[in-house]
Amino acid sequence: MDILYRIFIDPFVQMGGAPDLLVQTLWEGLVGGVLYALIALGFVLIFKASGVFNFAQGIMMVFAALTLVGLTEKGVPAPLALLLTIGVMYLLAVAVERFVLRPLVNQPDIMLFMATFGLTYVLIGVGELIFGGNPKKMPTDALFLPSGAIDLKILGGLVSLQKLDIAAAVIASVMVAGLAIFFQRTRIGRALRAVADDHQAALSVGISLNQIWIIVWFTAGVVALATGIMWGARSDVSFALQVISLKALPVLILGGFTSVPGAIVGGLIIGVGEKLGEFYWGPLIGGGIESWLAYAIALAFLLFRPQGLFGEKIIERI
Amino acid sequence: MKLKRIVLACATTLSLVAPALAQESVFVPLFTYRTGPFAGSGTSIADGMHDYLSMLNERDGGIGGVKLAIEECETGYDTKKGLECYEAVKPKGPVMVNPWSTGITLPLIPKAAVDKIPILSMAYGLSASAMGETFPWVFNPPDTYWDGMSMIIKYIAAQEGGLEKLKGKKIGYLYLDAGYGKEPLPFLDQLSKTYGFEQKLYPVPAQEMQNQSAQWLNVRRDRPDYMIMYGWGAMQPTAVKEAAKTNYPMEKFISIWWPTEDDAKGAGKEAVGFKTLNWHAATGDFPVIADIRKHVVDKGKSLAAKDKIGTVLYNRGVYNSMLIAEGIRNAQKITGKKVVNGEDVRRGLESLNVDAARLKELGMEGFTGPIKLTCADHNGHRPTFVQRFDGEKYVKITDWIEPMTDKVMPLLEADAKAYAEKNAPWPKRTEVCDVKS
Amino acid sequence: MFYREVGQFKTTYAADQAIFPIRQDRIGLAIILFAAFVLIPLLGGEFLIASVMIPFLVLALAAIGLNVLIGYTGLISLGTAAFMGVGAYACYKLSTIFPQVNVLVWIVASGFVSSAVGVVFGLPSLRIKGFYLAIATLAAQFFLQWCFVRIGWLYNHNPSGAIEVPGHTLFGIPVTGPQATPITRYYVVLVIVVVMTWFASNLVHGRIGRSWMAVRDMDIAAQLMGIKLLPAKLLAFAVSSFYAGVAGALMVFMWLGAAEPEAFNINQSFILLFMVIIGGLGSLIGSFLGAALIHVLPIIVRFLPDALGVPVGAATVEHLTFVITGALILFFLVVEPHGLAQLWRIAKQKLRVWPFPY
Repeated sequence: MDILYRIFIDPFVQMGGAPDLLVQTLWEGLVGGVLYALIALGFVLIFKASGVFNFAQGIMMVFAALTLVGLTEKGVPAPLALLLTIGVMYLLAVAVERFVLRPLVNQPDIMLFMATFGLTYVLIGVGELIFGGNPKKMPTDALFLPSGAIDLKILGGLVSLQKLDIAAAVIASVMVAGLAIFFQRTRIGRALRAVADDHQAALSVGISLNQIWIIVWFTAGVVALATGIMWGARSDVSFALQVISLKALPVLILGGFTSVPGAIVGGLIIGVGEKLGEFYWGPLIGGGIESWLAYAIALAFLLFRPQGLFGEKIIERI
Repeated sequence: MKLKRIVLACATTLSLVAPALAQESVFVPLFTYRTGPFAGSGTSIADGMHDYLSMLNERDGGIGGVKLAIEECETGYDTKKGLECYEAVKPKGPVMVNPWSTGITLPLIPKAAVDKIPILSMAYGLSASAMGETFPWVFNPPDTYWDGMSMIIKYIAAQEGGLEKLKGKKIGYLYLDAGYGKEPLPFLDQLSKTYGFEQKLYPVPAQEMQNQSAQWLNVRRDRPDYMIMYGWGAMQPTAVKEAAKTNYPMEKFISIWWPTEDDAKGAGKEAVGFKTLNWHAATGDFPVIADIRKHVVDKGKSLAAKDKIGTVLYNRGVYNSMLIAEGIRNAQKITGKKVVNGEDVRRGLESLNVDAARLKELGMEGFTGPIKLTCADHNGHRPTFVQRFDGEKYVKITDWIEPMTDKVMPLLEADAKAYAEKNAPWPKRTEVCDVKS
Repeated sequence: MFYREVGQFKTTYAADQAIFPIRQDRIGLAIILFAAFVLIPLLGGEFLIASVMIPFLVLALAAIGLNVLIGYTGLISLGTAAFMGVGAYACYKLSTIFPQVNVLVWIVASGFVSSAVGVVFGLPSLRIKGFYLAIATLAAQFFLQWCFVRIGWLYNHNPSGAIEVPGHTLFGIPVTGPQATPITRYYVVLVIVVVMTWFASNLVHGRIGRSWMAVRDMDIAAQLMGIKLLPAKLLAFAVSSFYAGVAGALMVFMWLGAAEPEAFNINQSFILLFMVIIGGLGSLIGSFLGAALIHVLPIIVRFLPDALGVPVGAATVEHLTFVITGALILFFLVVEPHGLAQLWRIAKQKLRVWPFPY
């Protein structure tokens, strides 16, 4: 009886008892979710346009942030370093297209998936070789990111919103909106959608697949950079961040591999879900459940919708 | 496949034969990790260890007239690679190994007696290996994690005005959810019962090191009076940042001895007041460091970044190498041999006695306290002090704090006994003892 | 000239269905086994046996397990290391609860425990496919790893949080623990791996293997042909986890000697996946080739600068190892997407017509 009470009643009593903490938990969950969503967004972009399940998205995030920090540490002014990093991400996109995608065109999905694993190893090695493995500090001030917190005295308590987190949410929204406009309104965006729908048909109307792939990988690189800056500012820039990027995977299966809104909604659900779970139910089984809770949530959804919340319906034919 | 094996066999035998020819030296392998998720801590330690030993080579021509053959093997903090390193250095007759990872230490402990290679796991590894009667080949000076916990609790008590004032206080324990972080749990439990304080546990899973907001939300809810941290790698800067974010009073946040300056710096001026334990100085103003600069760094023989020399973990590497060197020197003294082997160095470490006078000779006066090991006590249980982060560096703020040896020893004894039983048939100690204590 | 099956006539169906129908293959296999059982222990140094051969065989066994799942049944799994962990922890528990039974019995028995856990986590595979399933298996990876950390009973509440292997003997010879010589451990591992490979080879060439391949190629079509998907997929998970479990038990008992939960982390799963893909999907020999390449390559890269006399820092070598491993993965995928096993097949074909390829 007691255990049932502790599972089903007690957490809600706590929520009601300290609404400020509940709001704070939800906020932390939402911010974490936005960052997961940003990583997932990079995955979705690439998967839609090239059908590649890009495992290297996580390391691209670390690599981008590391390049930025490494350049500023070498004395390059932050805004210039930002531009240079974007340039590096473009070069990376070109290199990936030339040396990975083009030779592997028309191979089974799993081969391309493995190729991104190879890419991950190369990027880890190159990144450590150039910048070293030390965790580095993100120069938030030089990048005009706010610091400090806004303390709201509401609900009989204190809710503290980090300005950095607010900035992350704003940047994420701007980025998603920008991408949406880019996809819907521009010529390249239409070409991208055409490629996503049908490679053959797109080729036959004169769209260059190679160019599209470069654009998509570059876009994903820029998204990775933004994510890297945000995570880097929250903790430090180090290769351990790559592990966090795995959290984007449950977000993906929850939202569906091909849906941009899915990535966002999935990210928020996972972010809030795991924080609530860890905070209110985690102590019951010793805590630290955050490492697998996201997967469990996603799996539960998946059993009802095998293609994710927003994924395209899977139709199987013989 | 066969061809590959042959090529490999050739490659390995070739590479193993070459250095083994130079026999007029003492072979000291250093297991280091300059790569991987913990490279931030590992690089400084590796540099410190390496630079002190090469300084001895440059300045004194080695130890007792015998050059040290120093070789680094990269483990990446990975147990499998560490074991590979061990197998690679074993044929070259190392006088000791420094695994620098608890995960690598554990599989090596039973091997040490068989291979006759002593293990020096400085303030990490298996706490119970402090018991020399059970573990004649393993040394873990100067403190175990239980000693560390007892000293933190004593420091907290001193702030509150005595151990009896701990009654009713809440103490939070934020730890890496792995063997290392969980080891102090039974001891903390015992202390909380003895002194009547309430313990709050906040485990951080290894994958979530940089994502601790849930733990700190719990801290906000529980409002512990003090926070203790047993962290590692990227967990530490994240924890300091989250503490600042949660507005947790930094003066009441005390860590075990692993955080670096960089770990605290990340949170900017809000990290001022963050405290850690330490048993050696965290500056570069000592003759020994000056000698390292003169003989190694200025000659371009060091990999260390200039600003890292004299930092917490660099100095820890130096301290580790001092123990290595003193162990070898002692072994030479006891056996009268110049080129010593693993068995000799085991005896040398067991009779290690670095007193104040010796420290002065080493150029380490004021750098650290004296240490003496015996056959029964392979740890020393040395006192430590608390250092406070002032925004740039750590400053010593307390005098030496003695560990609660009376509380730690029974636990160590019980653990060593349990280990021997679980790993039966555990060999009885047959090794000679040079110092009766 | 030498590798040609001319003149070898099959007079029975049994002979025709043999796993190695060609005499030269049988000779080749005999040579490899001879090398493995006699030459390597005789000629190889301790480092070769303890740090190259034992890990290579253990990893190859795990790769075979994963290959059953991915290569033969088409179910992607990213949780192999966790199933290895289940095997290791099961073996540890069984051997400490019943120390009187020989440890080798428990190493094999722990495979069954792993099998059972594998079936549970294989259940979603009935509804979820492709990459969605791959990520679902990550749930197994992280959940099981959390269990290894959190459930004290699993590691007998050791203060170190790790499992430690005590010494065990077989016919009076120590096979585990520090007293066991690398050669003894090597023979134990080798025998188990050879027997299990032989068993796997029979399995995948028989009715069950064929039903798996039908499921892999198109599961709906396979269903229409009368293959029951539920038993076929779950059996694949069970067999795969069995192999992974035994490999995990071997890894801790014969190779590492003690293991923290971190030994079974997600990187280990990924590395096994590399081995399977680089080696060749749906090929047992590919599992061995892949394991050899991925495990041995970094060791060679590490020894190369030393052997050539080029002074390179230990850390730089490690970075280069990463770059070279990654580049090689890409290279092999581009040059031969079907893995090393395909190269092997091509070589065999070339050999067959050599020296008159027309």
